[in-house]
Amino acid sequence: MPKIGVPRALLYYKYFPLWKTFFEGLGAEVVVSPPTNKRILNLGTETAESEACLPVKVFYGHALALKGEVDALFVPRVVSVEGKAYTCPKFLGLPDMIKALDDDLPPVLGTTFNLRQGWRRFFASIYELGSHLTRNPLKILRAFYNGARELKIFDQKLREGSLVPEALGETDFKNLANPTLTIGVVGHPYNIFDSYVSMNLVKRLHRRGAKVLTPEMVPPEAIEESISSLPKSLFWTYEKDVVGAIFYWLENNMVNGIIYMISFACGPDSLIQVLVEQEARKISPVPLMPLVIDEHSGEAGLVTRLEAFLDMIDRKRARVH
Amino acid sequence: MKVTFPHMGTIDSLLSDLFTRLEIDFLVPPKTSTKTISLGARYAPEFACFPLKVNIGNLIEGLDLGADTVAMVGGLGPCRFGFYAEVQNRVLRDIGYDFEMIVLEPPAIGMKIFLERCRRLAPKKSLWQIFQAVRIGWKKAVAVDEVEKRVLQTRAFERKKGDTTRAHRRALKVLSEAVTAEEIRSAREEALAIIDSVERREQDSLRVGIVGEFYILLEPFVNFGIEEYLGNEGIYLERSVYLTDWLNPGGKKPVFGTTREKIHHAAEPYLAHFVGGEGQDTIGHIVEWAREGFDGIIHFLPFTCMPEIIAKSIFPKIDRELDIPILSLVIDEQTGRAGVITRLEAFIDLMRNKRKKRLVAS
Repeated sequence: MPKIGVPRALLYYKYFPLWKTFFEGLGAEVVVSPPTNKRILNLGTETAESEACLPVKVFYGHALALKGEVDALFVPRVVSVEGKAYTCPKFLGLPDMIKALDDDLPPVLGTTFNLRQGWRRFFASIYELGSHLTRNPLKILRAFYNGARELKIFDQKLREGSLVPEALGETDFKNLANPTLTIGVVGHPYNIFDSYVSMNLVKRLHRRGAKVLTPEMVPPEAIEESISSLPKSLFWTYEKDVVGAIFYWLENNMVNGIIYMISFACGPDSLIQVLVEQEARKISPVPLMPLVIDEHSGEAGLVTRLEAFLDMIDRKRARVH
Repeated sequence: MKVTFPHMGTIDSLLSDLFTRLEIDFLVPPKTSTKTISLGARYAPEFACFPLKVNIGNLIEGLDLGADTVAMVGGLGPCRFGFYAEVQNRVLRDIGYDFEMIVLEPPAIGMKIFLERCRRLAPKKSLWQIFQAVRIGWKKAVAVDEVEKRVLQTRAFERKKGDTTRAHRRALKVLSEAVTAEEIRSAREEALAIIDSVERREQDSLRVGIVGEFYILLEPFVNFGIEEYLGNEGIYLERSVYLTDWLNPGGKKPVFGTTREKIHHAAEPYLAHFVGGEGQDTIGHIVEWAREGFDGIIHFLPFTCMPEIIAKSIFPKIDRELDIPILSLVIDEQTGRAGVITRLEAFIDLMRNKRKKRLVAS
């Protein structure tokens, strides 16, 4: 049985249920790299370009951690997941970047997914990917269908309030049932839900009695609706989620505060941040804290800022009551 | 209406020419300076890429001098450049400037929007007049680029230091006075002849290709006049992009030579997909030049530039397989000229030694 390695990084946090079901349906074994740890982060920061953003470095680390463990590495080129926008330039170049590593990495398995070119091309890509494992197109189609169903269930769980790790099967990652306050946490799921990278941001909030809302819980129609009034349409899908979720929560008065986690050198976020801060101010006085992280971020710095932010919210609420 | 715009290489001469043709009142902002950069860096978002910061500095200086309209090009991503206009608009208004912003989105976003924006810039002219002005102005811009390319190839061989730069200035003056298509054609011939008349000496010069992000390549102030420096060191230069190549990426006859399809084809074994900006072009040009036996590559990128970081991540593989030295220079508001020149000097030594070794071996 061929072993296919999936790095626990980047789009793993968005599409893993689909990938797993798909490959298993074609008779492969799916091996996921272990959760990020010091060794993985160091592997990544040593090999990746120093100017690359943190999540890309983490991805390198995970790919290298799978060396010798698998027959192939799954690194798809996800260009676009909707007709009109791109993901992020880094995702467009990822397979080539991994292939360029001077290391005896397993061969890279991947194809180009680009919904800008329509569904027919998309299915051609699925077939191309599956044909490495079987020649039977029906089997590929069935595996994809099952995968897509799993992804739908996963997305449904998220919409109903589960956090990403919980929906991926981590049982100790439940949201709070009786929260004293609600904090919206926006940013890329591969930063927020990589506990090592985000320094346990979500669990820290839980410990302070805060329920956490994330963009995954906002229905896609609501996201599109709340960003439709922007003068320039956003051409990065995952940034749309960030902006749309913030507007949606603020317009519907759903959160006591918002934390915007950004990885240093994140291209899209560096510009979107301006837009978010200006527009959020117009909608509501709910406080918004940008939190920039990189491989040098220390836990003490994060804790201090987080506590100051939460204390401020508490004070603000005490004044209102 | 008084229109201003950000600088980028010779775009001021192109736009001045075009706006004059269309009787648009315009104001060229002061040439980019250290003051421009510090203004931009103060107000632009901290982690934004460097060109945005310089742009914002240019626009502040233009608005301070009395412009009330900003013209800027837009984009469709995924490179951040496509979002510049939006951010500029927000940042400048936040500082307190009041102005109209006209964003020329690429025709791909919808021909109607594109034409409507053109009309807003030149309300007195018909679409046909705008089209004619662009068509003729374009010829001039291409000629300016062709002269620039000839300069890069000539400077390494000049007998008297500074001759080529002086000839370049004269050639540009000849071109700037041409108005009609006929005049532009003869001015182009004359300008190229001026460059060719520079007295030459034969010498064995290194051949170096310059690639990277277009803004840094096209704006001599931010790349510390690197081309002139290298030319004075006796190095023959080719550059991957000229202003008109960038403005018209689908052009059949780009000034840099060959075609974009060929460049992308050359890039394919290393970077098989478009990654925004010039990431794939960077790789393609390097591969082509390596095959042509160039001595080295100098790669420019603004700090945190996404497409060029992808390209840079692929250099190790190119280096392993094609054996061509590449020097990457990351530029932002913190970069100093001395640091860049020191690294260049070392790189030139490396290329010379490499060439010597190759000669000895053969």
